[in-house]
Amino acid sequence: MLWAEGLRHAFNEGRVVALDDVSFTLTAGQTLAVFGPNGAGKTTLLKVLAGLIRPQGGSARVAGGRRVIGWIGHQSHLYGHLSVRENLLFWGALYGVPRAQRARQAADALARLGMSDRAEQAVWSLSRGLVQRAAIAKALIHDPEVLLLDEPFTGLDLGAAAELRALLGALRGAGRALVLATHNVDEGAELATDIAFQLRGRFVQLAPRGGRGSAEIADAYRRAVAGGGGGGGGGGRIDG
Amino acid sequence: MTIAQKGRWLVVTGLVMLGGVYVRALAFTPVERFQGLAQKIFYVHVPAAVTTELAVILLGLASVFYLFLRDPRLDRFAEASAEVGMVFAAIVLTTGPIWGKPIWGTWWTWDARLTSTLFLFFLLAGYQVLRGAVTDGSLRARYSAVLGICAVVLVGFIHLSVYLFPTLHPQPIVLKPSKPSLPAEMLLTLVLSFGVFVVLYIGFVMQRYAIATRRAETLHG
Amino acid sequence: MGELVRQAWTIARKDLTLEFRSRTAIVSALVFTALVLTVFNFGRDPTAVSTLDLAPSILWVTFTFAAMLALNRAFQLELDNQALEGLLISPLDRRSLYWGKLLANLVFVAVVEAVGLPLFVLFFNVPVGNALLPLLAVIALATLGFVAVGTLFSAMVVRTRFAELMLPVLLLPFLLLPLTYAVQATARLLDGRPLSEVAGWLRLLAAYDIVFLAVASWLFPYTVEE
Repeated sequence: MLWAEGLRHAFNEGRVVALDDVSFTLTAGQTLAVFGPNGAGKTTLLKVLAGLIRPQGGSARVAGGRRVIGWIGHQSHLYGHLSVRENLLFWGALYGVPRAQRARQAADALARLGMSDRAEQAVWSLSRGLVQRAAIAKALIHDPEVLLLDEPFTGLDLGAAAELRALLGALRGAGRALVLATHNVDEGAELATDIAFQLRGRFVQLAPRGGRGSAEIADAYRRAVAGGGGGGGGGGRIDG
Repeated sequence: MTIAQKGRWLVVTGLVMLGGVYVRALAFTPVERFQGLAQKIFYVHVPAAVTTELAVILLGLASVFYLFLRDPRLDRFAEASAEVGMVFAAIVLTTGPIWGKPIWGTWWTWDARLTSTLFLFFLLAGYQVLRGAVTDGSLRARYSAVLGICAVVLVGFIHLSVYLFPTLHPQPIVLKPSKPSLPAEMLLTLVLSFGVFVVLYIGFVMQRYAIATRRAETLHG
Repeated sequence: MGELVRQAWTIARKDLTLEFRSRTAIVSALVFTALVLTVFNFGRDPTAVSTLDLAPSILWVTFTFAAMLALNRAFQLELDNQALEGLLISPLDRRSLYWGKLLANLVFVAVVEAVGLPLFVLFFNVPVGNALLPLLAVIALATLGFVAVGTLFSAMVVRTRFAELMLPVLLLPFLLLPLTYAVQATARLLDGRPLSEVAGWLRLLAAYDIVFLAVASWLFPYTVEE
């Protein structure tokens, strides 16, 4: 469903390496959690997968193109002066949701995120946590096969975060592929089927989760970060 | 020889030749009947104006190629051509009034050449301003290429519109080399002068290109 | 093709909904236009130069400034709402984004002009008479030219420093051409000249529009890709 091969990208005329020979493959039902400190290149990786950035080297492909991707990132992509529902209808239209189904799918997405009662509220009047929830609804409106999530738990309280984890788990179970980038191991470890540590653009470790608990993964992560690139695994292909 | 050295060599040669052209213009070319000695500036004015336009056209071509090839050298060439073009435009815009005052009695007039050069000056100034406002190298190159292409299309459109609708322009805003009624000697001086200005253009662009290359290398290094 | 049109319309409709819901931009633009026309009134000496000589210039300078106000908000809107990235991630065709923004800009400027023109006629006692329809044609064609190039440039300028200042600097040289044609045509129309004299200017305006719509829509994707 999702392929990355030899991705290379650097900013500032080559001084900041965001992607350094990153390769992996993802199929339906897999969730790749990419852990890394700020500036490791996680967001760049997601942007390349989304087709927003053309990588300077290598290639990435998502089967089905932009139409099947749902994105949750730092920016909400919601228009302040439109209501939540209007936003969903707009983005649904752009993502090719047929007019006849748009209203229903919007209502479904709202219900899923527990926002049905806030559908008519203007986005500017929502709290940060609610905006994040609305952004998630927007990402799901077109029933995407691939979800790219960049620090999706930002701004969510514990309860909302747990709900999101449950939702993501359900989506993954229903045959979606997820790529989740975060600097917080606890947030994503349980969800993942495969784990990668990204440092300075490079995947210093890429392996299936294999039943490891989040504490174990956190440990490995700390070691990887401290070691500055050591640890087992190396780059490689993971198949589902 | 590096590009910069070759460029410098060309500029020096060009300036020497310019001196030669001037000697020819002042001493060996007949004085124009109506305008007298002040007409001599024509031999600097016209070639400089045409060279400005040449700079814009080459800038536009480099921009088109850049969008397809994404070679940063094309962007550096465009940058160089724009700056050199501005210098030549400034020459026209300053020599024009110097010429105009004794002839027409005013410092400025909206004649075809001055107007079109002023126009080109604004286009090039906008180009420089845009380049100055974008810090990221590849974004700057891309934006500049877009603007460069628009600029050259505009220049082309102006030329075409004057040829297609000649009766409509009371003040034709296009550059027309006024060759038809020049005696042979004046024409020769003019052509020589134009050749010299092209040499100067190439020399200056080479030097400016070398500066741009050095800057880029410093950043990468 | 149908998909492109539909997407463009989605964008345009969203922009116009936002614009007319918050109303700040459109009201500011209308007030600005009225103020500019008023300033022109106080700036002239009616005994020295006849109003009719100045009228075309006054009208078109006013419309030019009003158009620039409109153009600035188009992509600023996306930046303010942090939505531009979302638009680029979506399957939205980049050309549809251009045409959608163009359409929204045209409507916005048309509203300003619809108020500005009657005000102009009122303030300066302009005898429009039979020339109204041709005058509207001139206004439509010139506005299309302004907005075609302006939409392209506003996309670039929105990510630079001093965006509001940069747009006029970059755009005005390109507007000088349709502006000149429009002023010439307007002058002749207000002077009561026959349509045949104005036709050439209209054709030039149309030619400008066609050329720059083509060039701008071709170049637009290059300004928004990362």
